[in-house]
Amino acid sequence: MLPESSKRKITLRLSLLALMALAAAALFMTLGARGNWGFVLPFRGAKLAGLVLVAVAIALATVVFQTITRNRILTPAIMGFDALYALIQTVLVFTLGAVRVSGFDPRIMFAVELVMMLGFAALLYRWLFGGAARSLHLLLLVGIIFGTFFRAIAGLFQRLIDPGEFLVLQDRLFASFNGIDETLLSTAALIIVASVAVLWRMLPVLDVLALGREHAIALGVPQDRMVAIALILVTILVAVSTALVGPVSFFGLLVANLAYLILPSARHAVILPGAALIAMICLIGGQVILERVLSYGGVLAVVIEFIGGIVFLVLVIRGAAR
Amino acid sequence: MIQLDRLSKSYNGKAVLDDIRFTLPSGGVTAIIGPNGAGKSTLLSIIGRMIKADSGRVSLEGLDLATAPGAQIARRLAVLRQDNHPAARLTVRDLVAFGRYPHSRGRITAEDRDHIARALDYLGLAELADRFLDELSGGQRQRAFIAMVLAQDTDYILLDEPLNNLDIRHAVGIMRLIGDAARDFGKTILVVLHDINMAAAYCDRIIVMKGGQIIRHGPPAEIMSAELLSNVYETPVSVHSLAERLVALY
Repeated sequence: MLPESSKRKITLRLSLLALMALAAAALFMTLGARGNWGFVLPFRGAKLAGLVLVAVAIALATVVFQTITRNRILTPAIMGFDALYALIQTVLVFTLGAVRVSGFDPRIMFAVELVMMLGFAALLYRWLFGGAARSLHLLLLVGIIFGTFFRAIAGLFQRLIDPGEFLVLQDRLFASFNGIDETLLSTAALIIVASVAVLWRMLPVLDVLALGREHAIALGVPQDRMVAIALILVTILVAVSTALVGPVSFFGLLVANLAYLILPSARHAVILPGAALIAMICLIGGQVILERVLSYGGVLAVVIEFIGGIVFLVLVIRGAAR
Repeated sequence: MIQLDRLSKSYNGKAVLDDIRFTLPSGGVTAIIGPNGAGKSTLLSIIGRMIKADSGRVSLEGLDLATAPGAQIARRLAVLRQDNHPAARLTVRDLVAFGRYPHSRGRITAEDRDHIARALDYLGLAELADRFLDELSGGQRQRAFIAMVLAQDTDYILLDEPLNNLDIRHAVGIMRLIGDAARDFGKTILVVLHDINMAAAYCDRIIVMKGGQIIRHGPPAEIMSAELLSNVYETPVSVHSLAERLVALY
């Protein structure tokens, strides 16, 4: 339902983004490679797959979350997932010691983190399903309070902890794209692909949800149920990506808003793939610059959070000015 | 026809709707008038499924609105509430296209295109079709939302104060259009209005609400009485015949 000119513009821009993502991936795979290709390609391929998975998960989770909350400066991090992740790590290091935690089978860690985050979300969402409070905003507020609560407890433990152990812990709390565990990739890929498949079928519904509750109901969309399903998918995507690389709260905000800016369409069929591609370009391209140009001289997550934070401030200030 | 059977709704123990029983016959334009807090918008929201009633039942030609699938209802009943702020940046045409969602689930067909073009024309929005909603004036935006409701092509339409934000020209335009739609296409339209004179001039029936109850209903000539209106609004109102119309002065 668009005039031809803007349809062409959107196709062109999506293709350009796809090309850039491909170029970033090609650079990532080949730049500065020495020695045996039989080793380099599978080694870098696994890393690339990890980056792509995280990019897709974060981008889709953020856009969908912003659609159902109808707010473009929120990210799913507001629900307290990052804080819960930090709390899990802190408590583990505090009780078991850094050495034993580092020695854990990554698959078990992944499973534990996933189960805890999904379990927490399930408890939280009982508010929505249980009918006690059918308001999404109340749910968000409860999420914020829990997030603060988790952060406070984690902060207490971090003060009590041995300084040496704290350094190990701090390292675990920064999102790291270098150490994605290969054994987790297939599981994570399976979960993410399944979630994306469900989201794909919901695309027109998401468009309607963006109109707001009353319009959605008037147009015959079972609003409460659809929001609940979307929220569960967001949770799964965030939990998987956090368990893979750690918390990256501003990254989603950055790519979602870039997608709105670059793609002149409100349709999720356009915005979701666009945001996923932008996320890939940022993550893969950023990792290439980090590894090849800065020779591992920094942490990608820090750079992304820095830029993301600035974008967030600009959005807030622009919103306030309007 | 829409049947309301013993509808009640209260907030914190205060009844907003009190045991409403009413049958709205099909066809024609019906206005709901009454003072603030009379329950007009609540009643419309319950019929429109935005709010659940505490007790009672609403049925549309035998279809129970509480249990029937939303998609099925949305092909027969369109609702437009006040305060419309979509989060996404939409063009007028995008918005009107959403009216076709109950019919085509987001896949716009040639038939949908006809409906959208006709709705845009009907509201004089053809030239604004590719403008973004946030670039429009309040009145233009209001017309875009009404176009969306028309594109939904339902037999029943509920409008909650559609004349808000509109100047005289557009307010009269909307009321004429509603009347035409009812006459030409046999639609049944229920509209909450604040302006008694608009209701009297353009509607076939008026429902008067106060304190959560329907206290009177009938053709405008029966409702436009100084005594009734003075009582309902608790303000002296006089009714005069001017240019073959009944006009309330207050």
